Amino acid sequence: MPAISTRQLTKTFDTVLAVDKVDFDLYHGEILALMGENGSGKTTLMNMLSGIYFPDGGYIEADGQRVTIANPKDAFALGVGMVHQHFKLVETLSATENILLGLPGGFFVDRKSAAAEVAEIIARYGFTLDPNKKIYNMSVSEKQTVEIVKVLYRGATTLILDEPTAVLTPQESDRLFDTLRNMKADGKAIIIITHKLHEVLAVSDRVHVLRKGQTAGIVQTADADRNVLTEMMVGQSVALHIDRPIVENKELRLEVYDLCVRTGDDVLALDSANFILQSGEILGVAGVAGSGQKELCEALAGLCKAQQGAVTFYPEGDWRNRSAAVPEAEDSGRVANGVPAEGVKTIPLLGKSPQEIAELGISLAFVPEDRLGMGLVAGMDMTDNVLLRHYKRGRGPFADRPYSRNLATRLIERLKIATPGVSTVVRRLSGGNVQKVLLGREIASVPRVLIVAYPARGLDVHSAHTIYDLLNEQKQKGVAVLFVGEDLDVLLEISDRIMVLCGGKVTGTVDAATTTKEEVGLLMAQMDAPQAGETN
Amino acid sequence: MDLLVLFINAAVIAGTPYLFGTMGEILTEKSGNLNLGVEGMMFMGAIGGLLSVSLLESGLGVDVAPGLAVLLAVGVSFLAGAAGAFIYSVLVVTFRTQQNVTGLALTIFGVGLGNFLGDFFGRRSDTGIVRISARAGAGFSRLDIPVLSDIPYIGPLFFNYNILVYLGIAMAIVLALFFKYTRIGLNLRAVGENPAAADAASIPVAKYKYAATCIGGGICGIGGMYIIMVTTAGGVWIHNVVAGFGWTSVALVIFASWSPRRAILGSMIFGALRVMPFYFPANQLITVGFISFTMPNIPMQFYAMLPYAMTIFVLIFTSIRPNRETNPPGGLGVNYFREDR
Repeated sequence: MPAISTRQLTKTFDTVLAVDKVDFDLYHGEILALMGENGSGKTTLMNMLSGIYFPDGGYIEADGQRVTIANPKDAFALGVGMVHQHFKLVETLSATENILLGLPGGFFVDRKSAAAEVAEIIARYGFTLDPNKKIYNMSVSEKQTVEIVKVLYRGATTLILDEPTAVLTPQESDRLFDTLRNMKADGKAIIIITHKLHEVLAVSDRVHVLRKGQTAGIVQTADADRNVLTEMMVGQSVALHIDRPIVENKELRLEVYDLCVRTGDDVLALDSANFILQSGEILGVAGVAGSGQKELCEALAGLCKAQQGAVTFYPEGDWRNRSAAVPEAEDSGRVANGVPAEGVKTIPLLGKSPQEIAELGISLAFVPEDRLGMGLVAGMDMTDNVLLRHYKRGRGPFADRPYSRNLATRLIERLKIATPGVSTVVRRLSGGNVQKVLLGREIASVPRVLIVAYPARGLDVHSAHTIYDLLNEQKQKGVAVLFVGEDLDVLLEISDRIMVLCGGKVTGTVDAATTTKEEVGLLMAQMDAPQAGETN
Repeated sequence: MDLLVLFINAAVIAGTPYLFGTMGEILTEKSGNLNLGVEGMMFMGAIGGLLSVSLLESGLGVDVAPGLAVLLAVGVSFLAGAAGAFIYSVLVVTFRTQQNVTGLALTIFGVGLGNFLGDFFGRRSDTGIVRISARAGAGFSRLDIPVLSDIPYIGPLFFNYNILVYLGIAMAIVLALFFKYTRIGLNLRAVGENPAAADAASIPVAKYKYAATCIGGGICGIGGMYIIMVTTAGGVWIHNVVAGFGWTSVALVIFASWSPRRAILGSMIFGALRVMPFYFPANQLITVGFISFTMPNIPMQFYAMLPYAMTIFVLIFTSIRPNRETNPPGGLGVNYFREDR
């Protein structure tokens, strides 16, 4: 008998059918992988099991009994606990206090005995966690552990994990999978939502694939491989391969020397970064979330202040740049000494605002991670968003709207942006189209340096590949591309070189064509060991 | 020395309405609701507390006993303040209206309602004003505690106040213990810090917000009643009687960085600033213990400004050295809707 199952379960948001008559079964002692592209309804389906959303149609059964789950409390009563992708933790409270939240019990909180119980669960499943540590002092992986322990403490027999590995290093992911296997041996039913195919194949027993809110297929993991699963998710076979065109005659474009950035909390977010960026290459930046990627991008774009270091821009066309550029990672230290060769024309960038950088005639484009917060104005239409980049055109106080409207129209045609028109507010567009608007606008400014942060985050396979193609096209035009990514598979395929950040330090720069995921993973997890290719 | 004791007495008495307002708003804000209606709720509490005693007396034609007057005034002013907060809660929690706008509307409503009722019942009475009898008013004057009040220094310093001062300080201590040691207090903090997390932990977010906001509003209401019974003429309605106490209390919440214990200290400091010019008049020779000095000629307005200036300094200080423990609740000012996407 299934631990939990749904029959004809349906949920609609406004007019969008997020989950459409889904039949779903989960058994005790199994790990089920729930897959699907973004917007296929995975999270919505799980949120109905955990009481966050209430279904519009169909019903849920727990151990064969028809049940109503109206709120998270009902879900807990049935032993269903969910670890959300965005952690639901109170930062100012300790791990134990977070675990105790909302539980019945005496009028007063007994922190001591609760901490002891929490420690017992931690020991049983082999977690590493201090029950009395405050959440805001914790790493991402510790926070995730708190979420899992919280669910177990409430006696959950069914665990739902929503993209648990998105924020973990490969090594941390492996450790998580070990604890999941321990729980499975303990008879728990586990659902893991992910779109990393290799994880599905490694850890799950069965795979349930959703597509556009409907079940696209259910297979035993033993009978599945990457192609089968991808086809089920997308509905057709797609080329998963990303091109890596080779560009000849690279030039040194940007040199970063000893760059240090402190955040508001006085944390050294970027610690003495040295690297070069060349024309016609994509330099991938790998690292777990919060390793200094944001600070690096923003310091280069002139958006945040650096405490020390130098960023030097080498204008194109000077043959001496070409000779100075040494593509081998091992030799990057030789170039990165902060002092350019004699006679080479250079422009220091650090300490200049985006406006000053633009006035110097340096075309530097930045596609930030937060598309609708920082990249575009969600409540404005395409024309106005394009205008933001060209607001200085036009006469006197008047902006040149026709120019922007034409550019916006051209972008829609060229990038095949699915939108009713240039006057639709960008918030209404899907994630992939929003990214096309943003990237298209930046590319239209003919950048020499293009910085992109997580350009494919939240996009489906098709949109993601469109974005990768656009980046490759720019690279072939001689643009120097800095690509901050999270999916190592993608970084390994698209980048020419990969620079790894860990705790704000550059722990290594590797050749993407020859390196392995394991090598990058090790660099992502390491703090102090000096790496070949680094001169700190 | 006597002057200093008198000054401290006056500071505590003047600071207590701030304490009620600040406590009420701390409780409210701990649930994530930024209720700018404190001034309005104080007005509602003031008129509610005053009318309850005054109308009972005129209705029965007798003077109410002091103890009954206190009970009645505290109870009704609490209910009046809570009623104002309930309107706010319905709008903000259920209908998810913008919090600042709703709070300001509540202030405008409360001030108007208080002044209207005060003036209306004043005109209808024979004397032309709403007032309570001297007998009832005695309930709000300083207590004479046997033995304790007569201990030298200790007595005048600690056992020389009206009953509402002790009520306020006791409530502040209970509130501090409530936040720290009780399950409900822990849950409430979670609701204010991160309602989504609280919700996922099966805490009924809306119920907590309603309860904290209404009880908080009730406490603000007691503060308003205190102003009319103690701070001003002692049980007589004066047009615009609350006159900014509510706004200062909102500032004090920041000054106290959401801690009821620091609220006690903060309100006493603000009270001291309020009475300072009366006890240390300009150009007079002041002797405190062995020290004597001539008070410089500082205008009254300067003292009136000091609480706000101090709040600004506290804001600057806490933003220079950020500390998660003294930050405002994470979800403050943001309405929560579970199915937000």
